[in-house]
Amino acid sequence: MNHGGFFEVPSDLQNTWWGLVGWQCELALLPVLYGLILALPLGMLCARFRWIYPPVLGVATVFYAIPSLAFFVFLIDYYGESDITVEIPLTVYSLVVLIPAIVDGMRSVSEDTRAAATAMGFGTLRRYLQVELPIAVPAVIAGLRVATVSSVSLVSVGMLIGNEGALGNLLSDALSYHRPLLAWDAVLSIAVIGVVLDALLVLARRLLTPWARKATAK
Amino acid sequence: MIVIDAVTKRYPDGTTAVDRLTLEIPDRSITVLVGPSGCGKTTTLRMINRMVDPSGGRILLDGHDIRERPVNALRRSMGYVIQHAGLFPHRTVIENIATVPRLLGWDRSRARARGLELMERVGLDTALAKRYPYQLSGGQQQRVGVARALAADPPVLLMDEPFSAVDPIVRKGLQDELLRIQADLGKTVVFVTHDIDEAIKLGDMVAVLREGGRLAQYAPPAELLSAPADEFVEDFLGADRGIRHLSFFGTEGLELTAEPIVAEDATTEQVRAHTIPQTPYVLVTDTEGRPRGWTHAADRAAGLPTELLPYGHAFTYGQDSLRAALDSAVLSPTGWAVAVDAEGRAIGVAAQETIAAAIRGAHATVGPRDSVRGVLA
Amino acid sequence: MNLFGYAQQFFDAPGRWSGADGIPQRLLEHVQYSAVALLIAMVIALPVGLLTGHTGRGGNALSVLATAARALPSFGLLVLLTILMGLGMTPVMVPLVALAVPPILVTTYEAIRAVDPALVDAARGMGLPRWRVLAQVELPVALPLILSGIRSGAIQIVSTATIAAYVSFGGLGRYIVDGLSQVDYAKVVGGAILVAALALATLGFFWALNKVLVSPGVRRR
Repeated sequence: MNHGGFFEVPSDLQNTWWGLVGWQCELALLPVLYGLILALPLGMLCARFRWIYPPVLGVATVFYAIPSLAFFVFLIDYYGESDITVEIPLTVYSLVVLIPAIVDGMRSVSEDTRAAATAMGFGTLRRYLQVELPIAVPAVIAGLRVATVSSVSLVSVGMLIGNEGALGNLLSDALSYHRPLLAWDAVLSIAVIGVVLDALLVLARRLLTPWARKATAK
Repeated sequence: MIVIDAVTKRYPDGTTAVDRLTLEIPDRSITVLVGPSGCGKTTTLRMINRMVDPSGGRILLDGHDIRERPVNALRRSMGYVIQHAGLFPHRTVIENIATVPRLLGWDRSRARARGLELMERVGLDTALAKRYPYQLSGGQQQRVGVARALAADPPVLLMDEPFSAVDPIVRKGLQDELLRIQADLGKTVVFVTHDIDEAIKLGDMVAVLREGGRLAQYAPPAELLSAPADEFVEDFLGADRGIRHLSFFGTEGLELTAEPIVAEDATTEQVRAHTIPQTPYVLVTDTEGRPRGWTHAADRAAGLPTELLPYGHAFTYGQDSLRAALDSAVLSPTGWAVAVDAEGRAIGVAAQETIAAAIRGAHATVGPRDSVRGVLA
Repeated sequence: MNLFGYAQQFFDAPGRWSGADGIPQRLLEHVQYSAVALLIAMVIALPVGLLTGHTGRGGNALSVLATAARALPSFGLLVLLTILMGLGMTPVMVPLVALAVPPILVTTYEAIRAVDPALVDAARGMGLPRWRVLAQVELPVALPLILSGIRSGAIQIVSTATIAAYVSFGGLGRYIVDGLSQVDYAKVVGGAILVAALALATLGFFWALNKVLVSPGVRRR
């Protein structure tokens, strides 16, 4: 058996390196997506009705404080050792990062801009979608960057609850067969995925907010 | 004396903020640097306390190049007030004021006593001493800013558009306060503003700068108004500089007519006796002598019911300027200005023609140039 | 059995409140690991964040560094370092420190950058030397944000310090790791509750710290 290949995955994982990468991305990104879908209306509500924000933030922080491993374990009871068990906590963590980002972004829309939009006859929803959200894009993407990178690196903990950690599963093999290369593979692959996704988000921001290019260039 | 000697400030990107500027700033007076944005006035001010270092020329303070002294010692010897006061939000009012004294090593109680003394001097209630800046109005914050700059009793006070962020009424109060403090303390004040009215009101000397940091004119405000050096200065002074120039002429020589003034309880005979041919009106005062309004003399003398016409506003004789007298005459429905004494009692009235004559007289003695154009037009 | 049942079973178990595997001992270990990791992270991140923020230089390098540190999987790092260096405290500390450095570094930098430039101008104009401008003006004004960065680093450390148990150290993670291998759910749940409670206590601690350290004039904003 060849132990040397960097991209060679032990047969007990029943997967290829690319398969693991794909799985890692899926486990990491779906929760961020769910988080974003939930956080957009929540963030909008928090920005509109200021009194909601502190309690929402408080509850979110409590969830954030639960260690990922413990969170996974709580959910095994309900969902078994499955993808969902890993995705729910990651969704919650994403929410905690994204809600403040969206609220900050909304608050960065100047009162003048808001008033001008209202004066031109924008309805609340239309104003939110066409004026406030685009202006809030840089702040929202800043939040997405943190959420995405954290999510990618947290997935590996799923390995502890029955090989639900995608690339993280390489780590248990690395320990049991004492093959450092597998650990290097896991750590570097995960880090590279995180950095690449982060770069993609920066690119997305550039494309989405051409008006801000000058400001970010300085 | 502060001497700005052929000072130039050029930035690496090639823009010239200040171009061979030479100014002598006299002691114990207010010198205002005024000009449009981009004229280098703030840069010039900031070179005096070395927040900006000149690329050429030198600045002398009492004959010594300011670069001879350690920079922070130099700055501590100059009070510095900026537009939004720049108060430290994490420190109370009294701690803010005591900043420089504490830096200079004063003990806490001495710095505190000094702070309280200064609060009173700048017109702040000492009950505010323990407040934080966010608990103060904009005008109060600016007063704290001035107090903080004065704390270590520096001979020089540098003020960079200190009053331009507050509303006009508060600004007027702050300007009056500054003039009052200056009359007491006699600091060497260098004051930057883009507001020519502020410059004329506060300045003993006014330096008008133009874009690119060149000096357009350096003169006392009255001279600036009567003899602008060129078209740029004339434009910058604005259309009604003739009227504004009148602020520099007193009313002490103005000829008043005391005749057409009657008390409100005057008899019809008294009213008739005080009627003069030049005007169909008489000024009615209360029994204390304070003006109440104009009324039709003939109707009043005939015992007919009459109503009082507003007199606009009065000017204080000998204290207000010819500008105030003229304004009073223009605003009065009868065309006559009402003069009062320091106690507010009417002592006479003056017709527009009389005031115009006084203006002509004043110009004849002072200025050669055509500065009355605005008044006579 | 539900979570509440597991929890009750865990906390009522004999010997739970004393001895080497008792809650007080495990709690103490957990707090020790967390505190040491947080201190190291602060020693690294605070000076760098303060200086870069003060000079305004190196912001881009900083954000690349922070992203890279964030992208490192804590658990993977632990396993890798353990394989390379053997069992020891270093493999535990490195991932924990790497976890807390980015939030502290980035918020400190941004907090200092966000200080009103007029304040710095006024301070310099009054003749405060640079270090005093940083220590007496920028730092106190930026303190609430800086504390929030340290807080978020601390919470992440506390909730992640459980991984120490995976390489046979103590701390509250012991209950979770042991519970998993012994298929003793009560233990896992109990351990998780304790970690979450400690994280909440950390929140409370920082809330109190904020009250004590931050000037009312700044807190109000």
